[in-house]
Amino acid sequence: MRQHTSLFVAGAAIWSAVAIVASPGNGGGPGSPQAQQQAEVILSISGEPGARPRYAVPDFIVRTSDAETVAAAKLMGAVLWDDLEFEREFYMVPRDTYRTIPAAKSFSEIAFDRWRELGADGLLIGSVERTAPGTFRVEVRLFDVRTRRSVMAKEYTGTATNPRLYAHTASDDIHLQQRALRGAARSRLTFSSDRDGERVSNSIQPRDVKEIYISDYDGANQRRVTVTRKLNIMPRWSPDARAIAYTSYRRDFPDIYVSLIYQGTLENPTGGQGQNWLPAWSPDGTRLCFTSTRDGNSELYVMNRDGSNVTRLTTNPAIDTTPTWSPSGTQIAFTSDRNGSPQIYIIDADGLNLRKITSESWCDRPTWSPAPFNEIAYASRTGPGYDIRIFDLATGERRQLTSGEGSNESPAYAPNGRHLAFMSTRAGRKQIFVMGRDGQGVRQITTVGNNYTPDWSR
Amino acid sequence: MRIRSISSAVVLGVTLASLLVGACGTKKPPVARPLPPPPPVTTPPAPPAPPSTGPIREAPVVPAPAVVEDPMATRSIDDLNRDSPMRVVFFDYDSAELSAEARAVLDANAATLKKYASWAITIEGHCDERGTAEYNLSLGERRAVAAQSYLVSLGIPASRLRTVSYGKEFPFDPGHDDAAWAKNRRAHFVITAK
Repeated sequence: MRQHTSLFVAGAAIWSAVAIVASPGNGGGPGSPQAQQQAEVILSISGEPGARPRYAVPDFIVRTSDAETVAAAKLMGAVLWDDLEFEREFYMVPRDTYRTIPAAKSFSEIAFDRWRELGADGLLIGSVERTAPGTFRVEVRLFDVRTRRSVMAKEYTGTATNPRLYAHTASDDIHLQQRALRGAARSRLTFSSDRDGERVSNSIQPRDVKEIYISDYDGANQRRVTVTRKLNIMPRWSPDARAIAYTSYRRDFPDIYVSLIYQGTLENPTGGQGQNWLPAWSPDGTRLCFTSTRDGNSELYVMNRDGSNVTRLTTNPAIDTTPTWSPSGTQIAFTSDRNGSPQIYIIDADGLNLRKITSESWCDRPTWSPAPFNEIAYASRTGPGYDIRIFDLATGERRQLTSGEGSNESPAYAPNGRHLAFMSTRAGRKQIFVMGRDGQGVRQITTVGNNYTPDWSR
Repeated sequence: MRIRSISSAVVLGVTLASLLVGACGTKKPPVARPLPPPPPVTTPPAPPAPPSTGPIREAPVVPAPAVVEDPMATRSIDDLNRDSPMRVVFFDYDSAELSAEARAVLDANAATLKKYASWAITIEGHCDERGTAEYNLSLGERRAVAAQSYLVSLGIPASRLRTVSYGKEFPFDPGHDDAAWAKNRRAHFVITAK
């Protein structure tokens, strides 16, 4: 049970350090929202009227000439470009168009004329220095190419084990400072995968195991969490992203387990009380809603995270399953076939005020968006397969994000609500993809084996 | 136990030997050999239709065993599950209703379970790939429970019948057509104790 420990050291490795805003003034600290907003107006880089600002991110400056630093400087530039591209707040000038511009040797020797010629509004220059074996100091500055002034300067120190994390941190800082936006660059995905090609250990029939995996939001650093040679499916991040609740057949029946991935410990809050699956965290992380047949039929129950205080939420001879909490924790959406086919319903967390929100062919896996969006994504049968749809709770309108490219199922929102991860068969086997909440900007996350039922950390 | 299996081995050996003789007889046509001419035929004439190329019939060497051994008794649980006497029950799309055919299969399974009263069974509920993975866990459970309830109604104690749903996680046929889906919507019986 203590199998996961050493893998996850990198997660907490960066001690974000000094934030120096070079000019003008030093507003925008973590003070009052007003002060921050005012500072952003001053510091924000704008593009041509009506267009997104154009940003360029060359390779980072190499301060120490060892191979590790050289490789990291290249990687960080590329990753930061990808991170900024992902949120689509800026037009990211393709990196291969500025290979001919001489690389900056320092923050004071930048060929601004050339960058202006390229049409860049914002220029991100970073530097990497190995201060001791296994330790980096990374500086990132955002320049307004018109004024040639630095509008943001950050310095980070930490381990050299995961250079990508410096770029992700800088990206989140840039989105926050320039756009008052919570970026997703340091968030993570979890999903179930059969990529190891292992077979269930005690079955006569050949059956592929599925294990729980995690990865960065962009698919980098994919790592296995469970080592059971059993079926482990439908993982869900705890709101603090330190634990994953999932359904495991490690005792040959479905039960709920919580893996504390940084401690390497495992909890089994349902403890084999009946058969239990599909845990969903309450937004405050103190409770889990789940499906259980402990009273003879698939019903929804809520329990404390430690398994105490189990209360039954639904009472209906039909199937009630696949719960998801509203951001306030006062309502739960779920799937039920109480009127025939599986459809999405909402119920208050006290079991009252049931209402149906879909009347389609087959709907499942509702996922409530984070605030400020007030919508529920779900998989809807549209033909031989499924497509991802979103139901807007304020207007009652629905829109479809995918269309006809394979089957698209199991949507999960990014922490800022601007993206969704989902499973799709569009590339052949079952793979995890992410896309914007408008259905644009699809990126493939997994390529090996079959990968299912993603969830995105808060 | 040991004696029993030896005697069955002897029977098997003899049976095999006689089969072998028979096989040789059919395979090789009679060959003319440099032997003295056969004695005059004294037996009544054989039926003319089939030429007498068939095997020579011999009287059984050993009498049939007095006790018929049940092969189920000596097989391991894994061997039983590999070639299971418990038959699979199939379902319609998004349904856990037992058809007449499904009930007939369950009747036979109930008879098997009555004959082997010490067997314990896990009934696995499975679904085809067309449903969603999440909902199918409940649908598979409903199928397993439907099979379980019917067996209980036939007098099999519920304590011998566990249920577990695997949703659509373990298809029997990996295909993506009606034939594969029909095979995958099933209740599968695994013998877990005997």
